[in-house]
Amino acid sequence: MEQKSNPQEDLNHIRDIMERSSRFLSLSGLSGVLAGIYALIGAAAAFWVLNHNQLKPNYTRFQAQDNTTVIILIGIAVVVLGAALITGVLFSVRRARKIGVRLWGATSRRLFINLIIPLATGGIFVLLMTQKGYYGLSAPLMLIFYGLALINASKYTLPDIRSLGMAEIILGLINTAMIGYGLYFWAAGFGLLHIIYGIAMYLKYER
Amino acid sequence: MKSIIDNLNKAFENRVRLGIMSALMANDEVDFNQLKDLLGVTDGNLASHLKALEEKSFVETRKQFIGRKPNTRYRATLNGRSAFQSHLEALEALLKGNS
Repeated sequence: MEQKSNPQEDLNHIRDIMERSSRFLSLSGLSGVLAGIYALIGAAAAFWVLNHNQLKPNYTRFQAQDNTTVIILIGIAVVVLGAALITGVLFSVRRARKIGVRLWGATSRRLFINLIIPLATGGIFVLLMTQKGYYGLSAPLMLIFYGLALINASKYTLPDIRSLGMAEIILGLINTAMIGYGLYFWAAGFGLLHIIYGIAMYLKYER
Repeated sequence: MKSIIDNLNKAFENRVRLGIMSALMANDEVDFNQLKDLLGVTDGNLASHLKALEEKSFVETRKQFIGRKPNTRYRATLNGRSAFQSHLEALEALLKGNS
């Protein structure tokens, strides 16, 4: 019997289509690096604000009355998050164009939904806790919820995201045991880890 | 060796059909335009291959409207899934036999 197709090529084709149809692969490592840099700048700004107000960079020592500082810190966090998201979307648009896929399709929609559910839960939870004056656990909770969100979303994008999520959770748990060092853990989790993973993913997929 | 080749399903010999089934195996449901983007084929080509798979009852369709636009969604039937699975296994076996 004559064989028309090469089984190896067929299998590669199958794998490729399965991957491309079920995972969003246009994540850009470079946007991860930039997000990490924004986070470090944000952490430095927060550090400066805290020092400026004669507080140790140890936000557990806040008095609940010190609303201005809290608002400034939340403002910094929002700006960092916004800048990271905008950069992420812009770079993904570029990647998607380069590999010729649509940015907003079934895969990116699934990725977004699975990322946003744990992330929004964590965000709202942390905000409500902050409102009641519980600052000490903000950083570890952000890290833990972010890590859970990444693990949840990793099924729908590059698989490396899963181990990034694990690393964020581990940092968050260590931070929970060492309350008061939140800013450093926050800088490590959202700054350094993003930069390291961003570089690794850039080298692995985009070069 | 003969038996392995017998397991290769003729319905999946074509690249487009192979691609359609791969996408439907990895996802619950895929619509016509997603398939078109994914496989980079023309409307007519894709439609005829989908029709062939549908006739073998490997694929089933669900037509609906999004706003005013008709939207056809495809999913693999149980029958189609198991047929594709044995095709995959046959390909793998063939590969092992060759190396």
